[in-house]
Amino acid sequence: MNVTTTAAVRRKVLPGFGLTMGYSVLYLSLVVLLPLSALLFNSTGLSWAKFWDIATDPRVLASYRVSLSTAAAAALADAFLGLLLAWVLVRYEFPGKRIFDALIDLPFALPTAVAGVSLTALYSQNGWIGSLLEPLGLRIAFTPLGITLALMFIGIPFVVRTVQPVLEDLDRDMEEASATLGAGRWRTFRSIVLPELFPPLLTGFALAFARGIGEYGSVVFISGNMPMRTEIAPLLIMSKLEQFDYAGATAVALLLLLISFLMLLVINTLQRWARKTSR
Amino acid sequence: MAGTVPMAAPRAHRNAASPATTESSAVKWVLVAAAALVLFWLIALPLIVVLTEALKRGWDVFLAALTDPDAASALRLTLLVAVITVPLNTLFGVMAAWAVTKFRFRGKGFLITLIDLPFAVSPVIGGLIFVLVFGSNGWFGSWLSAHDIKIVFALPGIVLATLFVTFPFVARELIPLMEDQGTQEEEAAITLGAHGWQIFWRVTLPNIKWGLLYGIILCNARAMGEFGAVSVVSGHIRGETNTLPLHVEILYNEYQFSASFAVASLLLLLALVTMIVKSWLTRKNAH
Repeated sequence: MNVTTTAAVRRKVLPGFGLTMGYSVLYLSLVVLLPLSALLFNSTGLSWAKFWDIATDPRVLASYRVSLSTAAAAALADAFLGLLLAWVLVRYEFPGKRIFDALIDLPFALPTAVAGVSLTALYSQNGWIGSLLEPLGLRIAFTPLGITLALMFIGIPFVVRTVQPVLEDLDRDMEEASATLGAGRWRTFRSIVLPELFPPLLTGFALAFARGIGEYGSVVFISGNMPMRTEIAPLLIMSKLEQFDYAGATAVALLLLLISFLMLLVINTLQRWARKTSR
Repeated sequence: MAGTVPMAAPRAHRNAASPATTESSAVKWVLVAAAALVLFWLIALPLIVVLTEALKRGWDVFLAALTDPDAASALRLTLLVAVITVPLNTLFGVMAAWAVTKFRFRGKGFLITLIDLPFAVSPVIGGLIFVLVFGSNGWFGSWLSAHDIKIVFALPGIVLATLFVTFPFVARELIPLMEDQGTQEEEAAITLGAHGWQIFWRVTLPNIKWGLLYGIILCNARAMGEFGAVSVVSGHIRGETNTLPLHVEILYNEYQFSASFAVASLLLLLALVTMIVKSWLTRKNAH
């Protein structure tokens, strides 16, 4: 039976297409699509000229610079650390491995506000780590470094959980062949394993980066929220709303949404590519 | 895009490690130690800080913070919001997964992308859109105020914002799972004379129950812990529209650190329970 006849049969055989499809589309429209369209067709009287004015305001531009640069730095750090964690989890047996594995999910499950206050307490001048670094002249809380650390915490599971399954499925025959041909372990890792892990690593990086750009709860406490220096874009939306500047909030949000859509496109392409190369 | 990651069943190693494909034990232990250090510093330490800060000024302060009427009302609101939103998104998740995985139609990939959309959008935007629709200057603002209906800065707004941010969780968990299982068992059931509901209850549900449960607990953790989106629509009225995460923020900003961390430890407990159930489900799934 070829694909088209299967499809035709399937469509006829199983019941419930109309009901489940209709309900899904209706619910999706009411909860997600219609409210999101309010950003595009807003009632705040935002013209193109005004939008451009707001979008190119130095404070707005600075908030995008802070958001993008800290999210990129955090995702890059996560890519390296996440590779290490995934490697150790998949390749080695050691005591406490199950707790190790479970802990990686903590940033998914922990409310972001809790992560925010906890990291701030840890890295502020009298915190456990902050007080150690203060004499060295290194400040983390209320600097872009603090924002980066918070985003690293949020992003690390994305990298580990993307790389882990690919590493588990990796065929060791290639590594064995490489060893037979006289390559050392490090050479084998670099030329055989790493190229296979590159697509999932890039996907994990993109996921962590996308999450980092929009993140609010874990960042707002540790960033100090100084305009031009440590004010992230989501926070700027919040402050504009608090001043009842709906047009301003909408303009900043539209830009942020555009970046998110682009990231979604990039991630979908990456995931398709990763699936193709893994076959 | 995933705000969550599919439950990965640990696989049996098809090809066991041989001396040629593994590292010397010195390298192995250096890497394990380095990974343990990273995990401790990045994830375990923030967890420990919550507990020590919460108990810094003794059990009395800790218990007082948790039994405070504002904290109790925040807890009630948080539970109420989860009780409303989780079943709604679960129903949607099952419906959407059935439509997407049991039938072929044009635009399926596009529909899945739309379902994922809330994961890609900043939570702050997830709150802002409901202010733009239902706020006093919004689309329905004047109509709502004329009829004395409050949505933004009240419970309905908090529910809507939470629905938005937790929208994909259950669907995202079920779609890959049901895709893998195909439609053969359901088709067999129908040739044996079963009808729609019977097929779902007796054939599909037993196959997806653990994945479904996993999606529900993730959805619940996010629903109870959401901060950004809820912060925009809540209005922060103490004892009325304050959820637990917002209560943590208020106490923190008032420099009541011990009380703030005491309430935070309650949310940490939620996260720990979620993690434990998750690892239990993952192991169950492997058998």
